[in-house]
Amino acid sequence: MQVTMTVNGTEVTRDVEPRLLLVHFLRETLGLTGTHWGCDTSNCGTCVVLVDGEPVKSCTQLAAMTAGHEVRTVEGMAAGGTLDPVQQGFMEEHGLQCGFCTPGMMLTARALLDRNPDPDEGEIREAISGQICRCTGYATIVRSIQWAAAHPAAETTDQEVRA
Amino acid sequence: MTTVQERSPMPQEREPNPAMTAADRPIGYGRVQRKEDPRFIRGKGRYLDDIVLPGMLHGAVLRSPMAHARLVSIDTTEALAHPKVHAVITGKDLEGLNLAWAPTLSADTMAVLATDKVRFQGQEVAFVVAEDRYSARDALELIDVEYEQLPVVIDARRALEPGTAVIRDDKDGQTDNHIFDWEAGDKAETEAVFARADVVVSEDVVYPRVHPAPMETCGAIADYDPIDGKLTLYETTQAPHAHRTLYAMVAGIPEHKIRVIAGDIGGGFGNKVGIYPGYICAVVGSIVTGKPVKWVEDRSENLMSTSFARDYLMRGEIAATKDGKILAVRTHVLADHGAFNATAQPTKYPAGFFSIFTGSYDLEAAYCSVTGVYTNKAPGGVAYACSFRVTEAVYLVERMVDVLAQRLEMDPAELRLKNFIRPEQFPYKNKTGWEYDSGDYEPALRMCMEQIGYADLRQEQAEKRARGELMGIGVSFFTETVGAGPRKHFDIVGLGMADGAEVRVHPTGKAVVRLSVQTQGQGHETTFAQIVAEELGIPPEDIEVVHGDTDQTPFGLGTYGSRSTPVSGGAVALAARKVRDKAKAIAAAMLETRPEDLEWEKGRFFVKGDPSAAKTISEIALGAHGTVALPEGVDGNLDAEVTYDPPNLTFPFGAYICVVDIDAGTGKVKVRRFVAVDDCGTRINPMIVEGQIHGGLADGVGMALMEFIGFDEQGNCLGGSFMDYLIPTALEVPDWELGATVTPSPHHPIGAKGIGESATVGSPPAVVNAVVDALAPFGVTHMDMPCTPARVWAAMQGRATPPI
Ligand code: FES
Ligand code: FES
Repeated sequence: MQVTMTVNGTEVTRDVEPRLLLVHFLRETLGLTGTHWGCDTSNCGTCVVLVDGEPVKSCTQLAAMTAGHEVRTVEGMAAGGTLDPVQQGFMEEHGLQCGFCTPGMMLTARALLDRNPDPDEGEIREAISGQICRCTGYATIVRSIQWAAAHPAAETTDQEVRA
Repeated sequence: MTTVQERSPMPQEREPNPAMTAADRPIGYGRVQRKEDPRFIRGKGRYLDDIVLPGMLHGAVLRSPMAHARLVSIDTTEALAHPKVHAVITGKDLEGLNLAWAPTLSADTMAVLATDKVRFQGQEVAFVVAEDRYSARDALELIDVEYEQLPVVIDARRALEPGTAVIRDDKDGQTDNHIFDWEAGDKAETEAVFARADVVVSEDVVYPRVHPAPMETCGAIADYDPIDGKLTLYETTQAPHAHRTLYAMVAGIPEHKIRVIAGDIGGGFGNKVGIYPGYICAVVGSIVTGKPVKWVEDRSENLMSTSFARDYLMRGEIAATKDGKILAVRTHVLADHGAFNATAQPTKYPAGFFSIFTGSYDLEAAYCSVTGVYTNKAPGGVAYACSFRVTEAVYLVERMVDVLAQRLEMDPAELRLKNFIRPEQFPYKNKTGWEYDSGDYEPALRMCMEQIGYADLRQEQAEKRARGELMGIGVSFFTETVGAGPRKHFDIVGLGMADGAEVRVHPTGKAVVRLSVQTQGQGHETTFAQIVAEELGIPPEDIEVVHGDTDQTPFGLGTYGSRSTPVSGGAVALAARKVRDKAKAIAAAMLETRPEDLEWEKGRFFVKGDPSAAKTISEIALGAHGTVALPEGVDGNLDAEVTYDPPNLTFPFGAYICVVDIDAGTGKVKVRRFVAVDDCGTRINPMIVEGQIHGGLADGVGMALMEFIGFDEQGNCLGGSFMDYLIPTALEVPDWELGATVTPSPHHPIGAKGIGESATVGSPPAVVNAVVDALAPFGVTHMDMPCTPARVWAAMQGRATPPI
């Protein structure tokens, strides 16, 4: 069957098996391997992407169900060569080790900050609690997100200029 | 030896971390951002499953639903008829190639695909190669296997009972489920000390089966080129060189025709040390089909069939005087190794380094005996950041010291302080034959107590107890033995545990360092560049670290047992020093002076007394490759290679204190605070060191409170998915509070000891000690992990039972 969706701002149309999971559509059909998979039971969250701005486990959704929606993956985080503050934060605060959970963690963080620009520690922990990191023990991920909240970065410069 | 004490800043105390400019970055040791991060944060890591080769096919493994059964027949006709299937491989096919069985890392054999019986649930029975992932899975359903069920052996305590089913009847002369007996220490001397002790406490302590469960599962892509006979194997491996040698031995492909490539690895923790049947099947699949074959296991396969950890049933005993001087520790262990003895450990050490169970204490005697048995469970046993069974040893002694403290009504921290090996006793020879290189234990524990506010917490606890609230404070103090070799004592299947490194400085003064060890997230590309930077004064960003490709790196045994920094770090430092010596000779020629008249300061040689007469390492590199008349015996490059064979292991240590609150109504344990003071000797990049500690602390909380691979009586695995095998999320762990002391290793080139596993080793006893401390008002003296709400509740009712 044919599906059409917007991925990182570009509309894509592909012929797929009806049973194809979104995670495999992104990784294998489109070659966007920054989205990972790590379990069979929707528990790990390494596959998280944003669908219409909300974090979604892409292993729990068919590509077909995503037709007509907007998907954002880690490859779409940096805009025009400028890192998302969340990406910068993860580097600053050592929020990653093996990097496997990182794309999903960063996208959840982006969605959180879009909704709540100044989350407290509890809100951050709650937001990422559907995702597992086996390397960092989470504290540095929390700090990375706090860093991003404290450095809303490039977009603000743009607004300041307009103001 | 110097001991430096420092407390790492609490998050709220820290300066905002402005993006460092190149000029601020230390040339050498210090907090530097990781070189690997820019690709990972952009989703540009290259993990195994991200690799797509032209014409690549996909493999899937059919697994046994039964724990012990005779294979009656396998019918693959229907699967082979599937339009997208290219091959179906069974044990029979492998028998023809002499590949149905393969050697394990413990001088045993393991089935690659079952031929006679299946011996655990999830064992590999057949391998399908198809055009895509989904079709390969579809075809598994089309294979018809007939099994004849056999009695299962699940409880290790009963594995040796007469009349029990013999699991390994494939082995000549094997008439029971016994694997090995091993002992350390002096039995008679220990008995004598126990006989005259005022106090003896004993406890059955179970360290249940758990799993490293890295977020990326295991997998391989085999690409066999029939024309030049070369096998390229992409793998999730922590030990690419050891794998290459083993494939050469097993598959009969000459070693120079095998190239093992490990790209980015999504966590390992010991799970990716061994060679799994799926890897060998991928190789056979590629040879049979003439195309590259990718096999990646799913999460259930990972949890049910790959290397588990622990599964030690221990009887612990401590002898002491009535005023709390610990005299001796004694233990017997029943070690459940599963269906094949496949633990990765040195040949002479079937129980790994468990004999470090003497802990951090100055004992008069110690003795342990370990009996290994087969059961109908997945093979494995040395994994999950365990430092070759140091984690079981530390858990035993640290739990037992608390049992003693409770019996003597002494404070557990005071009891430890009273019994520590004193600084002047180092190097300290313990009663089981280890020589602890360096240590200064008391300051570490005192720092930890001060940082957490120990006295105030005890006060708070007393007040809460009076109100019936459950609060516990758990102390643990560990000493690890990591960084094996020396190679004369330690080997993996006969390969000595040494590691090579090669440093080359290019003509323009940039450098490349090639490693035999394999990062799985520890940041080797950063740390090893920093070691070279420290030795040669070349900025880390000008140093490329090459690893994970056997065609491009020197031989070595790989990353596990916290050995990268102690072994490879030593190799890199010594190779860089060789380069420096050579640079000195060349600089002398360039400056027309004698080498002994030159002095080194980071990055340049200058003439003593005339600092302006100098040559930087870049100038020397250009000279070495240029037209400078080189001194006699010096060839025209700035390269060096070293294989480092450590003279001894290193002995990191640390003091951990954990505070828990338990809901008296539900038994739910909440870890409120955790302070960890670690001493791993020299810290190359403190940021990375702290990250390693954080990860290990979460592991410890996980094991203590929730992680558990259990089985029912039929041998069904009860921890085969992340719905059942619980791993802490951000909500179950606190914000870690760290401190540090620095006691360098005296025998290591840069004084570093290794940190990868310290926290995983040291934290479980801190958490469990805290839980038992909280439950003391109920008369609880011990409870086994995992301390789940139901199990804690049972303990509160006087029914603390082992989990297995
Ligand atoms: S792959 Fe684990 S939640 Fe999607
Ligand atoms: S960084 Fe490895 S799983 Fe999170």
